[in-house]
Amino acid sequence: MGSGQRPVGLPGWVFVPAAVGAVFVLLPLAAIVARVDWEDFVGLVTSDSSQAALALSLRTSATSTLLCIVFGVPMAMVLARTSFPGQQVLRSLVLLPLVLPPVVGGIALLYTFGRRGVLGSTLEVLGLQVAFSTAAVVLAQTFVALPFLVVSLEGALRTSGQRYEAVAATLGARPTTVFRRVTLPLVLPGLAAGAVLSFARSLGEFGATITFAGSLQGVTRTLPLEIYLQREVDADAAVALSLVLVVVAVVVIGLARGGRAA
Amino acid sequence: MALDLTATVADRGLDVTLTVGDREVVALIGPNGAGKSTVLSVIAGLLRPDAGHSELAGRVLFSLGTSAPAPTCLPAHDRGVAMLAQEALLFPHLTALDNVAFGPRSSGRGRRASRAIARRWLAEVDAAQYADRRPAELSGGQAQRIAVARALAADPALLLLDEPMAALDVAVAPALRQMLRRVLVDRAAVIVTHDVLDALLLADRVVVIEDGHVVEDGPTAQVLAGPRSAFAARIAGLNMVRGKAEGHGVRSPQGQYVEGLAEVPVEQGSNAVAVFRPNAVGVYVHPPGGSPRNVLPATITELEPHGDQVRVRAADLSADITPAAVADLDLAPGVQVVFAVKANEVAVYPA
Repeated sequence: MGSGQRPVGLPGWVFVPAAVGAVFVLLPLAAIVARVDWEDFVGLVTSDSSQAALALSLRTSATSTLLCIVFGVPMAMVLARTSFPGQQVLRSLVLLPLVLPPVVGGIALLYTFGRRGVLGSTLEVLGLQVAFSTAAVVLAQTFVALPFLVVSLEGALRTSGQRYEAVAATLGARPTTVFRRVTLPLVLPGLAAGAVLSFARSLGEFGATITFAGSLQGVTRTLPLEIYLQREVDADAAVALSLVLVVVAVVVIGLARGGRAA
Repeated sequence: MALDLTATVADRGLDVTLTVGDREVVALIGPNGAGKSTVLSVIAGLLRPDAGHSELAGRVLFSLGTSAPAPTCLPAHDRGVAMLAQEALLFPHLTALDNVAFGPRSSGRGRRASRAIARRWLAEVDAAQYADRRPAELSGGQAQRIAVARALAADPALLLLDEPMAALDVAVAPALRQMLRRVLVDRAAVIVTHDVLDALLLADRVVVIEDGHVVEDGPTAQVLAGPRSAFAARIAGLNMVRGKAEGHGVRSPQGQYVEGLAEVPVEQGSNAVAVFRPNAVGVYVHPPGGSPRNVLPATITELEPHGDQVRVRAADLSADITPAAVADLDLAPGVQVVFAVKANEVAVYPA
């Protein structure tokens, strides 16, 4: 639609609740910025515990984003390109973590990978203890972030259509070649957007992490957990670290929009 | 025989038998929804038929249904069947050259060898200068040329064309048609079309499909000259004068001369055909003066209703005029008239 075109005017009253909603979202961000103790800001965000939390958060979020891509891309392909009985139900269940309270996800993971969990005893025999380790942080983040990647990639796969893939097949390309040379390049913007969203969701993960992984400095205490703990003892530090996460979130949204526009 | 096909697709009501000879181009025509594109999808391996058997160049493409002892169905990539659709569908992230090189690459050739093959085919379709362009930077006609090159570069045993000119500008379609005519020589191909000119200029044989069944099958000239199916009769309604190219027109062996516009260069003295629509023809009792027209003496053989007009037939030419004009001129079989058609309503093609 060209600029300056207004096919149908909006009712005037719409702008009032819209403005209230926008203020409701933006005002708390402004409040954080206003409350930041700028003099000690650098010291607060570079303290040992802050640095450890930030490094852990970035490391685990990057790992879980990678896991989301490794498992989410095939999942999205199966959901978008095949049809089988029960597919709708399966799709809904796979997307469940999107709407599930993260703390419930944490409990579920605990009873799956924890010592008394479904797989826990098997893992213990193998000498692996997952719960309350950095691996648990990654599992918790992957659990909540995976649906974001699957949803955005499945949408991209559906809109990119199968006609190019059909052409590629009739030109003699095997399914793997079609995927690598046609499907993947065409959905790359969607995949990038999905990966960025997964990363953001991983970075903000709190409930599932604290339930399943606990809060051990340098091992499982990610930035959101650190903020929550600091809030009790040092409000200024909590605010400063919150601002760091806000900035990261803004950058992520910028990247996601850029990826979609490309 | 290049292709042998018998296929049933129950939920589309399709039940066809089709053969394509070595180096034969078959035009598949029929009304919308008759099942033409479904036939192409079945041959290409994009749609699995419920039952049937097909062989291409001695290889079994599929053998399905109760009569098949061991059901087989080759995947699309293993059939050696390339397809050209209405839209070019060039891969948007690849240059024209890499689009054309896609087939050779997929068959296991190296990047350099594939690009060399691609360059050859781009030159063959007169598109060498677009090698480095992305599809978004090409016009519809250019993209379709490159799509033709891409399909041929895959070295298919059979080429399928699904209304390849339908999405193009009328101005560029004739040039693409000429190019197809050139590259389809000595190839096995099936072309789905709505345009009688495609059938006439590209195909050796016409197969008419109606409601999922083959209702007519024969050499192009024969089907168009004496159509037995309603659809063939409707699309075959064009007037055609065959002969040798002369000046801007065509001279028939009987000495009739029809002047027209050549959409593509026609060599003097070579075989050519002049084509014009019945509704472009005026019927006169006395030769008209005025603007330059082709004037063809004719003896009326038949009058028949054609929509809300009357089709006046005189041997193998016909004119569509209003019932009022028929009454005015007192037309009846046996009456001597002249058919007049403006030169700019006549298309001249090499034949």
